[in-house]
Parts: sequence; C-alpha cells; structure tokens
Amino acid sequence: MRSLSEALLAFRRAPLLSVLGIVTIAFSLFAVGLFGLVAVNIKDTIAGVEERVEIRAFLADGTSAEATGAAIGDIGSFPEVARVAYVSQDDALKRARTELGEFRDVFDAGFLPASIEVRLKPGFRSPERVKAVAARIATYQFIDDVRYGQEWVEKLARIRNIAGIAGIALGLAFAAVAVIIIATTIRMAVLARSREISIMRLVGATDGFIRRPFLIEGFVKGILGGGAALLLTWLASVLIDRYIVKAAFFSLEMAVAGVLAGAVIGLLGSGVSVGRHLRRI
Amino acid sequence: MIRFTDVTKEYARTGVALTDVNLHVAKGEFLFLTGPSGSGKSTILKLIYMEELPTAGEVRVSGLSTTDLRRGDVAKLRRKLGIVFQDFRLLEDRTIERNIAFALEVTGAPRANIPTRVSRLLTQVGLASKATAYPRELSGGEQQRVAIARALVNEPYVLIADEPTGNLDDRATRGVFQLLREINASGTAVVMATHNLELIRRSDYRTVEINRGAIVFDSGENKTPAAEEMV
Repeated sequence: MRSLSEALLAFRRAPLLSVLGIVTIAFSLFAVGLFGLVAVNIKDTIAGVEERVEIRAFLADGTSAEATGAAIGDIGSFPEVARVAYVSQDDALKRARTELGEFRDVFDAGFLPASIEVRLKPGFRSPERVKAVAARIATYQFIDDVRYGQEWVEKLARIRNIAGIAGIALGLAFAAVAVIIIATTIRMAVLARSREISIMRLVGATDGFIRRPFLIEGFVKGILGGGAALLLTWLASVLIDRYIVKAAFFSLEMAVAGVLAGAVIGLLGSGVSVGRHLRRI
Repeated sequence: MIRFTDVTKEYARTGVALTDVNLHVAKGEFLFLTGPSGSGKSTILKLIYMEELPTAGEVRVSGLSTTDLRRGDVAKLRRKLGIVFQDFRLLEDRTIERNIAFALEVTGAPRANIPTRVSRLLTQVGLASKATAYPRELSGGEQQRVAIARALVNEPYVLIADEPTGNLDDRATRGVFQLLREINASGTAVVMATHNLELIRRSDYRTVEINRGAIVFDSGENKTPAAEEMV
C-alpha cells in the first residue's frame, strides 16, 4: 500500500518526467505496433492466397459415379484434406464459360473432363505436402491427371518463408530498440531520484522497500505507454484502412499481449535500473 | 558499542585511507573525530554505518560485525543509528514533517504512531512551528535540526554526525551543538567529525585526531571504558 502511494506520489512530484517517460514508451511501442500491423496484414494476405492452394484430379472418361463417390469419401478422410468436391463435365463447362468469356463459343459439351477438387487444411499447404497428397490421389486408376500448380505453390512457400524470417528479424530489431529506449527513459527517472534512494538507504530502508515503488511506477508507465501505443496503432490502422488499403487490426489477444509487453518492459527496466543503482550507492 | 580492530581501508582509485585503526566507542559516549581534510574521518564514519567495509580488520557495531554480514543486516543496523551530514540531505520536495515521517515509514513503523512521534521530535529540536514548511524555507541551522530530528526518529543508540556544523554560522553552530549535547545527555552516543576546534576546546568530550589514515591522538586513551559498558 505504501509502495503504491509512493509510486503515485512520484508521478505527482515529477509530472513532466513521468509524462515524458510514458510518451517515450508509447512511441517506442507504437513503432513496434506499426511494424506488427504490417506483419499481421502480410500474414493475412499470404494466408488468403494459401487458401487457394488446391489439387485438381481429372477423371478418365466413363468413370462410374460409384467409383467417383468412393474416391471422394476416401480422399476426404486424408488428414491433410479440408474439403473435397466433385466437378462434373457440365459444371466444368459452365465455369470455363464464365471465367473465360471470350472463348465462350469454343467450348462444347464434353470437351472438359470431370474432376475432383481437393482443398488442404492450413499447415498442410507446403510444396512437399501438396506434392505428397497429389501423388496419393494419382494412384487411383481412373484418375487421368493431377495438377496443383507446383511452381506457384513453391513460389508462395518461398514468399512466406522470406516474409516470416524478415518479420522475425525486423520485429526483434524494433523490439530491441524499444526496450533500450524504454530502459534508458526509466533509468533517467531512477537517476533523478538517486538522492532520495541514498537517503532511504541511510535511514535503514531495505533494498526491497526501495525497489517496490520503482517497480510499480515502471509497471504503471509501461501499461499507460502500452495502452497509448495500442490506441495510436489502432488510429493508424483505421486511417490506413479508410484512405490507403484495406487493413486488419490485431486480435484481442495480440492487443492485450502488446500492452502487457509494455508493462513487463517497464517493470524489468525499473528493476534493473534500481538494482544497478542500489549496488552503486 | 563500536569497535574497530586493526582496520585498514584501501580504495582502488585513491589508495590507503586508513591504516591499522583501533578504536572503541562506549555506550552513551560523546566522541569528537578531528583532523585535516582527507585524513580519514569520513571513512571512519562510513565504516561505522557500513557504507564502506574494511579492506582488513574488523568493525563491530552494536553486535554486528563486518566479517559476518548478511543480506539485510546493514539496513537493520542503520535503523539503530542516526546519521547527520554537513549538507543536511533532506528531501526538498517534502515538508519537514514528511521528511521525518519518511524515516519512520521506511522502518515499517505503524502509521498511527507516526504523527505523534514526528510532532514530539520537532518540539525537541525546536521546530514545532515549521512542520509544514519545506527545507528551502528554513535556515541552514534549522535544516540541520530537521536532519537531527530525522536521525533521532528511530531512537538510535548512536548518532553519527559528519561535519554537522560545517555549513553553519557561529550562532547556528552553537545551537546545533547544544542539541547534540542534550541528545547525548539523554543516553545516545554521539560520534561527531569536525574541524571546529573551538567546539572541541569548549567541551570536555573525548577527542580522537586522525592524520593520514591513522589515529595520532586520543584524549580518552587512558580512560578505556569497562567491558561491561560495551554492548
């Protein structure tokens, strides 16, 4: 209780320094938040494209409905498979006429083969997995040909890997810069009160007693800075969504994790700064 | 109560500060530490409140030895000591009563008792009417009285004063010294480092002179207190 009132008193006694600290934390985390926003949207876009990964198995002419039905049931039970659909010759023709309007008159009934369309579950859309499932489907005798756009799937996987690695590296760099800036800000706040700390020690305060208000102060600054950063990032995402490009925002869990990260950085920054200071004086 | 046994203190940067110091301060004693600047007076005081630890030898204060220190021991020791400095070391952004109450809160004293104790101490040092003033609104002598009140807040066995009158004019010096005498008369030992030879001459207290890190004179050398006086 006393630690809490001391921490709040610190805000009242040095409002400018406290506000500066919170603003610094907010902008450091805002930079991380903006990067996170870009990362989330790239991830969503790639996931959207990945959803279109499909295997198409063309049936030989004269394949019976029973054999087709059995194969669909069989393929649908593969652990990798999310959805299986039968596309009849008529459906294929209709689709071709819709998608390729200028060739409407070229296609005749029976020109396009019937097929089975297979969509895979997330996590099973890597080139190796797609290739393996396609190979298993090709083993049915009445399957003429299996296609899944091998080159496209491989290119997509490469983009996803590059985006993932770049995202982690840049994310870590942004986070490291934020941690350094926040820790420096908190250290300044601790140094500004070094006289108070030395007096506390002289009158017999334990290290824990001295440390607690600083930890609370750092935690509160982190929460407030993290909250402000979240608000700024949300405003940025709304503006981007409205005026530039459709953009998604963080999920609730990610938003809460972001604010908590601010609080933890504030807490640790304070703990380390005061700890160093206590050892020094 | 305080015993230095063959104490040597060496600093990495400035070299030897004390050499083979043996000193004993008994319960309730008043001791002047004197000597030129840089002679080692402040180092002796720092060793008493264990801001520094000896490089060799042992310092024992109120039953606590520097050879056997555990985590938290120093904080507990300082609650039994009162420390006063030349520059007062008050918190400028708190009122006088808050400065004193702060020292009580640090030790976890019950909140209900704090106002009474603070008020009693301010009366004792003659500053009852200045309770809500800030340090900058007081004279040097008054600020030092506040520092003394803060040092007394936990009813210490020993009051350690490092040049407490160094920044004060003659009148304020006399007032502060009189206060220290009264404190000593009530049973608290006082160890006071000072350059002020006039104060030393005017009183009959034991005086220890330090020069170049060694004790060169001890007026109480032949009046070693009896063992039963020691704590």
